[in-house]
Amino acid sequence: MTNPFVAERGVRPRAWQLALSYLLVAAALVGFFWLSLSMVGVALDFSFVAEYRARILDGLALTLGISVGSLLLSLAIGLPVAVGQGSRILPVRCLCDVYVKIIRGTPLLAQIYLFFYIVGTAWGVENRLVAGIVILSVFSGAYIAEIVRGSLTSLDAGQLEAARAVGFTRAQTLRYVVAPQLVSRTLPALTGQFASIVKDSSLLSVIAVIELTQTMQEISAATFNLFGTYLFLAGLYLCLTLPLMFVSRYFERRLSYAH
Amino acid sequence: MRIRLAGISRSFDGASVLRGIDFDDEVTTLAIIGPSGGGKSTLLRILGGLLPASAGTVEVDGEEVPADEAALARYRSSLGFVFQDGGLFHHLSARENIALPLRAVHGMTEAEAAARADELLGRFGLAGEGDKRPAQLSGGQRQRVAIARAVAPRPKMLLLDEPTSALDPEYTTEVLDLLRDLKEEGTRFIAVTHEMGFAHHACDAVAFLCQGTLMEYGPSEELFTAPKTPELKRFLGKLLEWSV
Repeated sequence: MTNPFVAERGVRPRAWQLALSYLLVAAALVGFFWLSLSMVGVALDFSFVAEYRARILDGLALTLGISVGSLLLSLAIGLPVAVGQGSRILPVRCLCDVYVKIIRGTPLLAQIYLFFYIVGTAWGVENRLVAGIVILSVFSGAYIAEIVRGSLTSLDAGQLEAARAVGFTRAQTLRYVVAPQLVSRTLPALTGQFASIVKDSSLLSVIAVIELTQTMQEISAATFNLFGTYLFLAGLYLCLTLPLMFVSRYFERRLSYAH
Repeated sequence: MRIRLAGISRSFDGASVLRGIDFDDEVTTLAIIGPSGGGKSTLLRILGGLLPASAGTVEVDGEEVPADEAALARYRSSLGFVFQDGGLFHHLSARENIALPLRAVHGMTEAEAAARADELLGRFGLAGEGDKRPAQLSGGQRQRVAIARAVAPRPKMLLLDEPTSALDPEYTTEVLDLLRDLKEEGTRFIAVTHEMGFAHHACDAVAFLCQGTLMEYGPSEELFTAPKTPELKRFLGKLLEWSV
C-alpha cells in the first residue's frame, strides 16, 4: 500500500494523491480563517453579491480588459527593451538598463501616482483608463524584458552555429531556431507575468479606475461589509489567476524539450 | 575536390591560433590530427565558412570562399557539418532536424524532405526514432542523426569536428563504422579527430596540425608508419603508450 502523502522527488504524484493533499491543505486553511473570524466575532455576509451583481461583473470585465490590454502593450515594450539591453549602441543599452532598474526597483503605487498626476497631467492624458493601462504596461514591460533577456542569453551558441552550418540565412535562423526556442522558454514565465498583471491592476483603483477592486471598495463603503467584500474580492482574483498559473505550469511541462 | 589554402592565419583576442597555413591538393578523405589547442577546429571552421580567417585565402575547386553573408550561406549549404556534440536543434524531432534544412534551404517539398529523412534514418539504423527529440536519444544516435542531416542534401563534402570525442567507446564505433560506410560509397570528408585508428585506416590523407602550423601532410599510411617531424613522432608515441 503506497503512502498517500508521500511522493519521491522527480516522480509525478498520482492525481488522487494530489487531490487528497490539496483537500487537506484547503480544509486547514478554511479552518484557520474560520477560527480567526469566530475569535474576532465577525459573521460573514455575502448578500451584497446579488444586489450589486451588475457592478461586480462590470468591474470584473474592466479588470480583464485592462489586463489583456496591458499584456499586449507590455509585450510591445518588453521585447524591444530585452533586445536593446544587448545593443551595440551604448546609449540605447543604458536607456534600457535604467528603465528596467528604475521600474523594478520602485513600488507600483509610487509609479501610478507619479505618472498619472505629474507626467499624465503635464502631457494631457485625461483618460484614467488609458493612463492606467499605459502605467501598468510600462511597469510590467520591465519584468517581461528581464524574462526575455534571460531566455536570449540562455540560447546556446552551438545552436546558432548549427543554424549557420545548415545554410540558414539570418532571417531563417531567427524564424526556425531562435523564435521557437525563445517561445518555449518564455511562455511559462509570460503566463505567470499575466497573472501578476491581473493582480497588480488592482492598484489602479487609487486613480479611480472603476475596475474590480475599486468597485468592491465602493460596495464596501456602501454596505459597511468590509470583510465580506474583501474576501469575495480575493476569491474573484484567485478565480482569474489560478487558471493562469495552471496554464503556466502546463506550458512548462509541455514545451520543455530538455528531457 | 581541390582545396587550396594560402597563408591562412587566425588569432583570437591577439592570441595566434593559426600561423600561415598553406595547402594545395585534391581532397577525398582527410583527417586533421594534432594536439589540443593546435588550431584543428579553427581551421575546419574557416574551411566551412563559419569563421573568417584573419589573413589568407581559401579556394575550393578554384573558387574563393565568399565574404558576404548571403553568398556564405549558399556556400555552407553546399557542405555538411557535424559537430562534437551533434549541433542538433533541441526543439525539433530527429526527422525534422533532417527535413527542415531540406525544405528551407534546399527547396524540397514537404513530402520529398520527409521521405529523404526517413530513408536516411532507416539506413543509419534509426527507423522508429524519427519522432524523438535529441535529448531522448543516446549520444551515438544523436551523432548518427547529425550525420544524416549533414549528408541529406548530398553535399560536396562533409566537415566533421571531433564527431566522436563526446561519446562512450561503444558509440564511437557506431559512428566510425557509419563514416567508413559513407567513404566506401564515395562520400568525401574532412574530419578533425582523435581516433588514430580511424585516421589511419579510413582516411586517405592525414594533416598534422601543431602549434598553429601544418607540420606534416601526406598519405595516411606514410604518416603513421614513417613520421618525419619530431613533433609527430612524439605525438604518436604518446598515443601508443596506452593503446592495447
